[in-house]
Amino acid sequence: MAPPRSFLWSRRVFLTLLTGFVLLPVYVMVSSSLKPLADVTGEFRWLPSGLTIRPYIDIWSTVPLARYFVNSLVVAGAATVCSVVIAVFSAYAVSRYDFRGKRAFTVTVLSTQMFPGILFLLPLFLLYVNIGNATGIALFGSRGGLILTYLTFSLPFSIWMLIGYFDSVPRDLDEAALVDGCGPLGALFRIVVPAAIPGIVAVAVYAFMTAWGEVLFASVMTNDTTRTLAVGLQGYSTLNDVYWNQIMAASLVVSVPVVAGFLLLQRYLVAGLTAGAVK
Amino acid sequence: MTITTEVEKPPARPGTGRAPRPRPGRIRRIGLPYLLLLPALILELLVHLVPMVIGIVMSFKELTQFYIRDWGTAPWSGLDNYRVSVDFDAPVGEALLHSFLVTVGFTLLSVGLCWLIGTAAAIFMQDTFRGRGLLRALFLVPYALPVYAAVITWVFMFQHDNGLVNHVLHDQLHLTDKPSFWLIGDNSFYALLTVSVWKGWPFAFLIVMAGLQNIPGELYEAAALDGAGMWQQIRRITLPSLGAVNQVLVLVLFLWTFNDFNTPFVLFGRAAPEAADLISVHIYQASFVTWNFGTGSAMSVLLLLFLLAVTGVYLAVTSRGRRASHAR
Repeated sequence: MAPPRSFLWSRRVFLTLLTGFVLLPVYVMVSSSLKPLADVTGEFRWLPSGLTIRPYIDIWSTVPLARYFVNSLVVAGAATVCSVVIAVFSAYAVSRYDFRGKRAFTVTVLSTQMFPGILFLLPLFLLYVNIGNATGIALFGSRGGLILTYLTFSLPFSIWMLIGYFDSVPRDLDEAALVDGCGPLGALFRIVVPAAIPGIVAVAVYAFMTAWGEVLFASVMTNDTTRTLAVGLQGYSTLNDVYWNQIMAASLVVSVPVVAGFLLLQRYLVAGLTAGAVK
Repeated sequence: MTITTEVEKPPARPGTGRAPRPRPGRIRRIGLPYLLLLPALILELLVHLVPMVIGIVMSFKELTQFYIRDWGTAPWSGLDNYRVSVDFDAPVGEALLHSFLVTVGFTLLSVGLCWLIGTAAAIFMQDTFRGRGLLRALFLVPYALPVYAAVITWVFMFQHDNGLVNHVLHDQLHLTDKPSFWLIGDNSFYALLTVSVWKGWPFAFLIVMAGLQNIPGELYEAAALDGAGMWQQIRRITLPSLGAVNQVLVLVLFLWTFNDFNTPFVLFGRAAPEAADLISVHIYQASFVTWNFGTGSAMSVLLLLFLLAVTGVYLAVTSRGRRASHAR
């Protein structure tokens, strides 16, 4: 059945307006990153007076962007790997076993989702400092502390999503593997994990994005050497000048990896959400 | 925890109760599930629950910068911090109440708009048409962009002298007498709302899109046979079928928006303008700028109690609705 014209017209109008709204900042980011400084300090212009790639060269020397980039990559990468592995184990336990405290576990983990970060920022800071004083393990100001913190941010959502995903993998499959002599972990890694790859990819994408975009803890818990991009980008504004063209260029550079990865993997994210979060 | 009781309460009513689920095999390995949960448990304890307990203890102490090195020695102050926080006639309490009300209004508006735009986009894009794949990818860009990169672009757009917003509204469309300030004063509320909706609606879009895939096609075919038009199908089939999805979506959006720190922090810096003074930034400012951690902690605990209550009520209401629809 062909949709009526009223539907087609509303769709066209709505989607056009929405596309404009979505793309406006993207356009500003891209076009401003190619403008000379004079263009971004004066009145706004839709088109650059002259195209220049100068900002893309200068961003690396105005602030140590490369170092921030590596820090972000290490922190977000490690947090993602750890969070996914831990979530896989937990979700498998909840999905496949009945045990005392199961309900309490899922509810507790889920409710940590609603804690505002500000609630445990200072206590966590004090805890890390105390642990550091007592054991010599430097958590505060180190990448390790940030990794530890970030991986718990994505953990609740990841566990929640993977439980749903694992539930959708037929139980007969891994029970057959158990009968065939696989251990529970063998059944997990040979049967359940491969069948749930889309969900696992979705969870990994989510964990990486969460860590890559976090600002609050990054601004309190890092020092000069461990600073991540979230804090580092502030370095382009000095007391006298704001290098908007460089800020836009740097924003674009730090966005490209996540956006590209996300768009490549978005199919899995939608599939993962279908099976996991939405039931 | 409060939630546990809320969730575990549903009594098994005769007729609606499901048959007990058969226990999975290998129940002998009773220790295994706990072993598998151990890493997650330790981390949740270390990073969320223990700090929360510390936070609650701190809220009963007179914790200023003098005691921060050795916070255990700070003197107890009983309920003083709470008393100060909820004394709405005094400056601290008044500011907290104001910030709370701003946050509630902002959250309701933002979640409503995100839901509306996300649902409309998902429904309009349910059928295939040319360019649908490309549009879908574009629509996910705000969600994928790192917060600081996206919000800093909005900061540039909202600049008084060299921003796009004033250029369009004042210079090109002549809608305002003079260029407006967007990041200070009353307009800051709308600036924040715009950015929040821009950033948040794609998540609603994703979830609703996922939910739409679960609606069986036969429903639409049957409706079409009965002579229902496109709009009627959307109203009678699509929207009602999204019920369960919407419950999860709205709760998650609400909690995320209410707790959002990153957006206002990048948009306004450490101290947000009064009109857009969201509670997270407010508490941050009370703790780290005013250096009164005791009061900040008390405010955090109050905020947590509020969120627990909202979630509890929400879960109770929605699970009752779900049970009713099961019984039907």
